[in-house]
Amino acid sequence: MSLDMCRADAVLAEKRLAVGVSGTDQLAIVGAGAWIADNAAELEAVIEALRPNEATNLEIDMGEVEAFDTFGAWILERLMRGDGRPRRVALLRLPARFHDLAEDVHETHRQTPSPGQRIAGPLARLADIGRGVEAAFEEVRRLVDMVGALVALCATALLSPRRFRWTSIVHQLDRVGVRSMPIILLITLLIGAIIAQQGFFHFRQFGADDYVVDLVGVLTLREIGVLIVSIMVAGRSGSSYTAELGSMKMREEIDALRTMGRDPLEILVLPRILALVVALPLLTLIGSLAALIGGGFVASFYGMEPSLYLARLQEAVSIADFEVGMIKAPFMALAIGLVACAEGFQVRGSAESLGARTTSSVVKAIFLVIVLDGLFAMFFSSIGM
Amino acid sequence: MGQSGLTQAIEVADLVVGFGGNTVLDHLDLIVHTGEILGLAGASGGGKSVLLRTLLGLIPKRKGQIAIFGVDQDKATSLELQVLERRWGVLFQEGALFSSLDVFENIEFPMREYLKLSPRLMREIAAVKLEMVGLKPEDGDKHPSELSGGMTKRVALARALSLDPALVFLDEPTSGLDPIAAGEFGVLIRTLQRTLGLTVFMVTHDLEALETICDRVAALADGKIVEIGALAQVLESEHPWVKSYFRSVRSPLPLSRAPVTP
Repeated sequence: MSLDMCRADAVLAEKRLAVGVSGTDQLAIVGAGAWIADNAAELEAVIEALRPNEATNLEIDMGEVEAFDTFGAWILERLMRGDGRPRRVALLRLPARFHDLAEDVHETHRQTPSPGQRIAGPLARLADIGRGVEAAFEEVRRLVDMVGALVALCATALLSPRRFRWTSIVHQLDRVGVRSMPIILLITLLIGAIIAQQGFFHFRQFGADDYVVDLVGVLTLREIGVLIVSIMVAGRSGSSYTAELGSMKMREEIDALRTMGRDPLEILVLPRILALVVALPLLTLIGSLAALIGGGFVASFYGMEPSLYLARLQEAVSIADFEVGMIKAPFMALAIGLVACAEGFQVRGSAESLGARTTSSVVKAIFLVIVLDGLFAMFFSSIGM
Repeated sequence: MGQSGLTQAIEVADLVVGFGGNTVLDHLDLIVHTGEILGLAGASGGGKSVLLRTLLGLIPKRKGQIAIFGVDQDKATSLELQVLERRWGVLFQEGALFSSLDVFENIEFPMREYLKLSPRLMREIAAVKLEMVGLKPEDGDKHPSELSGGMTKRVALARALSLDPALVFLDEPTSGLDPIAAGEFGVLIRTLQRTLGLTVFMVTHDLEALETICDRVAALADGKIVEIGALAQVLESEHPWVKSYFRSVRSPLPLSRAPVTP
């Protein structure tokens, strides 16, 4: 309590914290004022400037010190300890009310941990690369693990369909399918319109207006529809899967499920991934339709009759174009769902790791979607679709 | 302790706090003297934590005044409030350690925000604080998710004490600890209070903590402080809730060393 009063006064007191008188191999330090947190930086600087570790005979007079807290006590303690060279230290006139604290601090902290030592240089770079490669392989292994576990789960669940958790699947379908329809319709409509507008703008120069319909139809059905929808779903639903599972992991909810003898893969992951696998093709279908309609709007704006647009569309696109787009959709869904759930399970204790995993879930899912799309393009062209 | 003539650490007058149609604190008055350890007891859901959070300014009040070290929170400027916040430390029930920082960084965080210390001095003082709360310097590199419940409480206490505050709020400091650890934690708080000259406001369910650590005990019931004083005095209260709550101190468990009331 006395300390507390002193502390209030100390703010007003002049800041003369320590004065040193040095002789040959000898240093006398007279402390004064408030040796408290607010003055600690200054106090440290003043004392370091006196180079106390070089004196073999040190005398510290604390009689004038008016306030004293852990910060002051530690600086005094550090002063008395020196750097290990043998020397004589005398502590004079430390006010009795500070004894307990000085004693407490004296007991602690026998070795000083250095703040954040880190290996630097090219070797560290190399180690970073090594760790990165290792992590990438680990990542692939985890995904493959999860695919295997899910396939096994599906196989056993087919024998007893009750294990599919229909309620949960329907709930997830509502979340990732029905509720994402408005935004997906809007975006794909705009994309279709933009493609058509660009087509008319450039094709008109050499009178190839009719081919704009081919452009919109083929591009939308084969590539853009499924790609845009997958990217949207990765950002919208993949991220929420990761965040949900991650925070459940942090709060030990997943461990709780395990201890009740329930497999988190069965209860949490399978319904989510199945919902995505069902929802994404449907979203791709309506998204592609919306893009075609968006293209139609722009076409009528450029003076092409809707009936003509439809007739051109029927000539331009074949059922194969539609199939190419739709076949890809469930695979995209699987990739997004697997990455999102695997990342969710990777969340560790900290809030930061939840954020990092959610980011990496979206980034990896979008990357995988585009790589898969490229592989499918090669596959379909080689089988002539 | 708690001599008169000084500014009181906490003065609460006529405090009303509620949510919706539900009044939790109903015209509550309370004084905490500078330099004492006050324990606040009360039923679960009875408003103990609400009172604590209102004192800290985390929950808005409907009516009444709160002054901490003579600073009225309604009239204070933002600078005065900042100075005030610099002078108190809070131990939250679950620790509320920053999960992305390690233990040392958690303890250093208030220092980093308020003082311009050299990294070396900051780390050394963090290590001193860590040892004062009974942990080892090696624990300083751990992250909060790697700590046990008792360690989390200790680190949270070290962080609350980081700036050598004059007033410490403890929300259920011993909950979730085994009786031995709880006892040690109590002794620790007592020792730190003595050496650092702290004022401690402690919310607790732990009868033993009330008995061994606290200078005074306040009983919260029906939204009011119905009894305040030394434990012996509270034990003699005629208030029905206080009577039933503290009956367990007198019987059947003989853990009490409190004076037996007639």
